[in-house]
Formats: sequence, C-alpha cells, structure tokens
Amino acid sequence: MSAAPTPVPSSTSRPASASAASGAMPKGKARRPRGRLGEHLLRVYTWLILLWLVAPIISMIVFSFNDTHSKQNNNWQGFTLTWWKRIGAIPDLTTALENSLTIALLSTLIATVLGTMIGMAIGKHAFRGKGAVNLLLFANIAAPEVVLGASLLSLFITLGIPRGYLTILIAHAMFNIAYVAVVVSTRLASYDLSLEEAARDLGAGPFATFRLVTLPIIFPGVMSGALLAFSLSIDEYIMTQFNAGGTLTFPLWVFGATRVGVPPQVNVMATIIFMGGVLLAVLGATIGRGRRTRRPADDTAGAPA
Amino acid sequence: MTADEGPASAADAVGDARSVSAQVSTTVPTGGTGDAPPAIELVGVAKEYMSRRGAVTAVETIDLRIAEGEFFSLLGPSGCGKTTTLRMIGGFEEPSRGQILLHGQDVTSVPPNKRDVNLVFQSYALFPHLDVAGNVAFGLKRKGVARGQVRRRVGEILDLVELGALADRRPRELSGGQQQRVALARALVNRPRALLLDEPLGALDLKLRQTMQIELKRIQREVGITFVYVTHDQSEALTMSDRIAVMNKGQIEQLASPRELYERPRTRFVAGFIGTSNVLRRSVRTVTTDGTGPIAILDAGADERVIVPVHSGLGGVVTGSVVELTVRPEKINMTAARPEGDVCVLRGRVTEVVYLGTNTTYTVFTAGGDEITVFWQNSADANDLAGRGDEVWLSWREDHSYALAPSGADPAAAEAPTEPVATAG
Ligand SMILES: Nc1ncnc2c1ncn2[C@@H]1O[C@H](COP(=O)(O)OP(=O)(O)OP(=O)(O)O)[C@@H](O)[C@H]1O
Ligand SMILES: [Mg+2]
Repeated sequence: MSAAPTPVPSSTSRPASASAASGAMPKGKARRPRGRLGEHLLRVYTWLILLWLVAPIISMIVFSFNDTHSKQNNNWQGFTLTWWKRIGAIPDLTTALENSLTIALLSTLIATVLGTMIGMAIGKHAFRGKGAVNLLLFANIAAPEVVLGASLLSLFITLGIPRGYLTILIAHAMFNIAYVAVVVSTRLASYDLSLEEAARDLGAGPFATFRLVTLPIIFPGVMSGALLAFSLSIDEYIMTQFNAGGTLTFPLWVFGATRVGVPPQVNVMATIIFMGGVLLAVLGATIGRGRRTRRPADDTAGAPA
Repeated sequence: MTADEGPASAADAVGDARSVSAQVSTTVPTGGTGDAPPAIELVGVAKEYMSRRGAVTAVETIDLRIAEGEFFSLLGPSGCGKTTTLRMIGGFEEPSRGQILLHGQDVTSVPPNKRDVNLVFQSYALFPHLDVAGNVAFGLKRKGVARGQVRRRVGEILDLVELGALADRRPRELSGGQQQRVALARALVNRPRALLLDEPLGALDLKLRQTMQIELKRIQREVGITFVYVTHDQSEALTMSDRIAVMNKGQIEQLASPRELYERPRTRFVAGFIGTSNVLRRSVRTVTTDGTGPIAILDAGADERVIVPVHSGLGGVVTGSVVELTVRPEKINMTAARPEGDVCVLRGRVTEVVYLGTNTTYTVFTAGGDEITVFWQNSADANDLAGRGDEVWLSWREDHSYALAPSGADPAAAEAPTEPVATAG
C-alpha cells in the first residue's frame, strides 16, 4: 500500500476555499493564542511524524541511484543513472510491471464504475436489503485476503477457468469495488437529495442531472475511491499469488527476487509509480482548485440536453 | 410587464429569435380572469403516501384554481399537506387521484423537467459546486439558450435580486438571505409560468424575513409571474398574498382574500389560525329578518344581546340549534355603562390587562362564562380604560358578528378567483 499515498483531492484544496470563505464572512473566530513552547513542540513532533512516513520512500528513491555491483542493493556505492537508463534490462520484470499497471488500471476502472453505482445506491436511497448490501461490502473489506484468495481460487477451479491475467483482474476488481462503494457512499452522507430535484426542476433530465450535479459533487469521493483502488491493486500480493497461475505481477516478481537480491530496477520502477501517484494527487488538487476559480459561464457544460 | 424588458430587447430580436418567442409567451396579456384557463388548476387532487404501516393521507381532496399573475398562498399548520400539494404541482409527487392542469393542459404525469414551473426549495438546494452565476445559469443552459443571452439574463436577474456583486461567490460563502435570493433568481431567470415557493423565508430571522417579504412582493409585481407560496406563518401570508388557501388536515378550509379571511373566517379553525379571534358558542333563540337579511338572535343574559347575521354559507340555523360566532378583538368596544342602540352587548369583568405599547389587550370574563379578548388602541384620551376586576360592558356592531361553519373543505374553493388579480406596474 506504499505505492500511492491515497490522496483526497478535495482535502488538499480545502484550505484555499476555507480562507476564501473566512474572507467573506464576518470575523467571528479569532486565532486562539497558544504557548510558544507548545508551538515548538508541535512543530518538532509534526516533522518527526512526517519523517517517519517518508523515510522508506526516500530510501527507495535514493537506492535507485546506487552504483551497486553486487546482487544486493543495500550499501551505498556512489551515484549513477545506469539503472534509470537500463530500466527495461530485465524482460520478466518489465512484463510483470506492465501486467501490474494494466491490471491496476482496468480493475480501477471497473471498480470505480460499479463501486460508484453501489455507493450511490446505498448513500442516497433507502431500499429493501440495503443492510445486507452494506454488510456484504464490509465483509469483503474485513475478510482476510488469504481467505478471499483461497476461496476465489477454488471457485475458479470449480468453474474450470484457467488462472492467469484474467483471473487476477477479476480478483482485483472484486475487492476494489467494496472500497470504492464505501468511499463514495460516505461522501454522500451529507448529500441533499433536493439538489437533484432542483436540477430536474430546472430542466435537466435524469442523465444530465447525474452529469451536472450528482457527479461533480461526489467527484472527490469517486477520485479518492479510484486512487485507493489503484494503489491497492498495484501492490496486491496475497490474492494475486493464489490466482495468478503462470502470470507474474510486479509484487510477485519482486517478492520472488528477494531471495536472490532485488535489482535496482525495482527501485526505479517503484519510484516512478510513487511519482505517478504524487502527480495524480497534485493534479487532482489543482483541478479541484481550478473548478473553484473558473469563470461561471464555463462551469456547466453549455450543450443542451 | 416583465422586469427584464429593457433596451436589450431590441438586440434580442436580431440575435436570438428563439428567446424572443419565449419572451412573448410570458408577456401575453391574459386578460385577468377572462376566458383564459387558470394558470394552475387542481381537480380532485389527493395524495396518499405508502409507508410500512399502510397508507398515510397527506392530501385529502383539493380543488383549486390559481389565476395568472396571482400571488397565491397555501397556509396551514405543520403536516397539513402544503409541501405535498406544492410538490404535486411541481411534478415531484404524482397525485393518487385527480388531475393537475397548467394553463389548461393536463400535466398530471409530466416529469418536473418538462413542466414550465419552477420550485424554490425550503433548503434552497443551491448547487454547492457552482458559483452564484453558475447556479442561476443552470436552467437557461438546459434550455439551450445562447451563451450571450444566458450571460445577459443572469446579469439582469441578479440585479433584480440585488446580488450582481456576488456573482462569482459559492453558495456557502453567502448569508442565508443572500442564498435565498440566489434560489429565487435561479428559478425566476427561466421566466416560468408559475413560481412555487416552499417556505422560502423559513430559515431567516424575523427582521430579514420581513424585509424579504416586501422584496418578494416587489419582485412578483415586477415580473408578473404567478407565485404559489407555502407558509405556516399567517402574517406572512396576509402581507403578501392576493388570495390564501387555509389548509387543515389535507383539505382547504377556506380560500379567500386576506381581508375576507380575516373578517369572515369560514370555520373555527380559520378564525383561530388567522389573527386572534373570540369564539362564542350559543344556541339560537329566534331567527328573524332585519334590513340586510336573516339574523339569528342568540341566547344571552339579562340586558345582554347577541345577534349574528345568517349568511348563505350556513345551513340549519333554526331555533334551538347551536351557532358558533366569531368577533375580532379590535371590533369590540368596552365601556363602563351599557351602550345604547342596536349593538351586541355582553357584560363581564376584566381579568387581565396587558399593555403592549400601541395598544392594550384586555381579557374579559363574561357573565355567560366566555373569555373575550379586547384590543384597545392607546390614544391620548383612551388610556386607563379599565383595570383588573372592573365591571365592564362589551359591545360590537351586529355585522361584526360572523357565524362559523363546521370544519371541513371549503365548497367555494374550486370556483374561479373572484378578486380581480393585481396587475403588474
Ligand atoms: N414521503 C413521505 N412518506 C410518508 N408520509 C409523508 C411523506 N411526506 C409527507 N408525509 C406526510 O404527509 C403529511 C403532509 O406532509 P407535508 O410535508 O405536505 O406537510 P406540510 O404542510 O408541508 O408541513 P410543514 O409545515 O411541517 O412543512 C404529513 O403527515 C407527513 O408526515
Ligand atoms: Mg412543508
């Protein structure tokens, strides 16, 4: 789960909007005075925690530049760009990474669409069996992956489906759906259903209502659900191991390599994945902020329904 | 007639033929209550909600006609079915029985996005992800109005509600009153044929509410659109409405102008709901006729006299039957000596005196056992009229007695509006 820090786009952009709001409202809340010592302690403490969180990541990045000649890559030998240049030098590893990336993308896509639909159903409506659906989702999240993986495997065997890329994809999409659904339904907890009625009232049909009102409002939830799904999928090991057959994914390859020594290319790839995650988070935040400040006339799609 | 008919109209004629036709359709003079169909008509409309424990009747049966350009209020206590009625007009609930017509067209099962009315929600329901201008432009864009048009009309309507300076604020950056006006603008900008408002001022404090009442009335006069206004606040309804339907338990108890409601409340419920009112319950001694029509002389003590005109809405008033009559507190005279002349007279003792600045409220316990409230204007010569414990005479003109009908639906509600509807300008 270290690949992407599962950022929530809206939370990153919240300070901006909050300050805008406070500028508009009467000044009710004055800043509470705090002791100087307390402030220093808080600062030190905060930095320590941050350091703890990023230390493994920094080490991973640093060792992707390590000029190592042994099979083990854990003693600093000097700076080199060799591994970055020769990132594709190990064909099996490259294939494994490709598998991981495409599976992560596809399973995220599937899980985001289906999970959002489930999340909207349980977040917005009261229906018979809602409790059961909720329970099912939480069971899916809470169940040990060993159990899920093993039972899925026996199901595939029973159905006679050969293990490989497809079964990994099915497994990943399956456990990702629950995460997306829960994140989206949480986002809908404070959602006012009359917003949709207002959209209908103003001439929007059901689909336009979803596109112009519901989706933009739940979008941060959908995004964080999708990022969570992606990061869960890309480093998933246990269930993948059960259902992979002969196919290798990035985590499976790396785990297999630990016995003989992890090549620096792994660090390079992990760094790239991490950077991708950071980029996505930053992108999400800027898009979120952009929506806030864009000109009103361009805010909703102008095309007639 | 509409507020946005300005110098820009000429430019429209060149630029956007479609919007001109839309404009014409809202400005066609309807000739008041002539033979044009009513803006809104409800025929035998009823609504039952299905819940786990069976059907809940929200609206019993409602027949009602609202004229073009009218400011019409649905007034009643909590749970009487006001919101349900409004939502049925807006298309958000389908009636269990009956028909809804907009301008003579049956829209009973037409979805809200295809109805030419707009609803202002009690919670405002402003889109949090759009700024003020984006919220207001929403409906126009759905209709495919051209960009330049949208910008101009949004600007105009925001000026009308005095929010032009806040066009790029988000809803959460606005005060309650400002949000309320955005909600209003968002609905009005579409030039709907009728605007439905569900307690739009409910969330505002008293002072702002009073300002907004005047504001709403001004806007309605300027745009000339039919307003259907839901409220449980009688003073709000009286202030703004051309006509009011007083609802109780899913029925219309009375549908009339504010003055009519106040001076001739049809039932005890209406009398109690609109203003303060005294209700006397007496049996009939005799029914005779005076210069103006039939009158009933009711039971009263020695030297007392209680008379009520028998109006056409009343049935079965004969000797021995029981009649409830109402008389408004400000119509009652209070004197130390018994007044002369053909007036209603009761004797009583003052039990409470409450000084309220411009007037004083007296509570008088009558010889017949009724508690009567009297409002007395505090003028230079009328102070200290009576104190607690004083014996007084109460008197009022016979035609200020008004006999109440038993509770139930107002049979006159379905009739076409009799009041000439206030025209714009
Ligand atoms: N969706 C629903 N399901 C079941 N019963 C409902 C539903 N909506 C309203 N009711 C019931 O119908 C009746 C009328 O409700 P309505 O909302 O129309 O009242 P109202 O006059 O608007 O009251 P208020 O002034 O409190 O808003 C109430 O008894 C209410 O409990
Ligand atoms: Mg209501």
